[in-house]
Amino acid sequence: MSAFLRIVWIVVKKDITVEVRSLELLSTTIFFAITVVLMFSFGLVVEGRAVPDVAPAILWIAIAFSGTLALGRTFERERQNDTLRALLLAPADRPAIYVGKLTGILLLLALVELVLVPLVGLLFNAPIFAHPGRLALALMAGSVGFCAVGTLFAAMLVRARSRDVLLPIMLYPMTVPVMIAGVRGTAALLQPEPELAIAQFWLALLATFDVVFLTLALWTFDPVMTD
Amino acid sequence: MTRSTLYLLALAAGMFAAAPWIINAAPNEATMGLVYKIYFFHMPSAWMFLISALVAGVASARFLFFKKATADGWAVAAAELTVLFGSFTLVTGPLWARRAWGVWWQWDARLTSSLVLFLMFIAYLLLRRFGGPGSDKLGAGMAIFSMFNVIFVWVSVNYWRTIHPPTSVVPTLPVEMGIPLWYCVTAFTLLYIVLLRLRARLEHQRARVDELYLAEES
Repeated sequence: MSAFLRIVWIVVKKDITVEVRSLELLSTTIFFAITVVLMFSFGLVVEGRAVPDVAPAILWIAIAFSGTLALGRTFERERQNDTLRALLLAPADRPAIYVGKLTGILLLLALVELVLVPLVGLLFNAPIFAHPGRLALALMAGSVGFCAVGTLFAAMLVRARSRDVLLPIMLYPMTVPVMIAGVRGTAALLQPEPELAIAQFWLALLATFDVVFLTLALWTFDPVMTD
Repeated sequence: MTRSTLYLLALAAGMFAAAPWIINAAPNEATMGLVYKIYFFHMPSAWMFLISALVAGVASARFLFFKKATADGWAVAAAELTVLFGSFTLVTGPLWARRAWGVWWQWDARLTSSLVLFLMFIAYLLLRRFGGPGSDKLGAGMAIFSMFNVIFVWVSVNYWRTIHPPTSVVPTLPVEMGIPLWYCVTAFTLLYIVLLRLRARLEHQRARVDELYLAEES
């Protein structure tokens, strides 16, 4: 088990090092997320007021969009110098490599969400500080579910043609349950009177998705990535 | 086309040709009248839609984990038929809903999960068509995910209000409605088997031709 974690850590450290030196993914993804929120604001604000209860939807759509962008870019980076092949040739467990890539993307997405959540809270008057712990938990569970599928698909698509358009096409229908549970759960938390029981239920459902999606992804990653 | 496929095709065609009379013989429903009869096409195609998704998922798992080369042909055939019967379901459903519920579409459990399953298999076909080399494995991974995912969509949207009748309605139908229903289910199943076999055969032959080309080049 410690060997597994060590490989995960090495892959994560590699991704962090590459990212820290350029800040390419982080800066572009955060700015992209902000523009998505602004686009929605312009679409949904009528006479200076936002349509009620749109904050959770905008938040999750922005997360999904910027998550897709980040997933595509990280694996594009691995493809350009054929480093993914090197990574797969390394004498390491394939699932460990998958978990390492997944962790890297989750860290990136967490930073994006740190900007995104206050922005949505500010622009749409959502009480984000009412239950910050549960909100963070919902965001984390949702991101894990989304990225568990996304990392697998993006890795699979590295060698495919027209991968840019195929990633969202495959990923969005597949992550519909995560979106539903994420939006409903967050909406319950962001009500003026938070509905904790409902939020609890959607959180439990999100956790279930995470477990099943992760299991399936770990199970299929090895055969799918073998030539 | 093998002889057994030809017989099955003839039988299915005959059953479909006779279906209008059999459906016509069924009594009208108390509140919906004649309109409910679209049910005799809607439900069998919905069943074939779901069964086909399962076939695609199982065949993909056999291809991916047990390296059964021919299983991929079955998976492609089943995926295409999932989209075909899915479109029947998603066209007949709203037509019926417009008269029965007063709206074309309702975001309820069964409708949402069917739509999502349909979209996933369209994505699968797009991947197979435009993914280039290696898309067979990617597709197999995706089909396995799709198979499990439907259960989740089903569970998650189940907590919204639902107006679609549950499957428990089927055994309670009176005999005069039950006979045409099971007749249509049989006809659709036969049609499905014929189409699946033909399409899989075509795919297997295509794979064989590709193999021969490669052998020629090397």
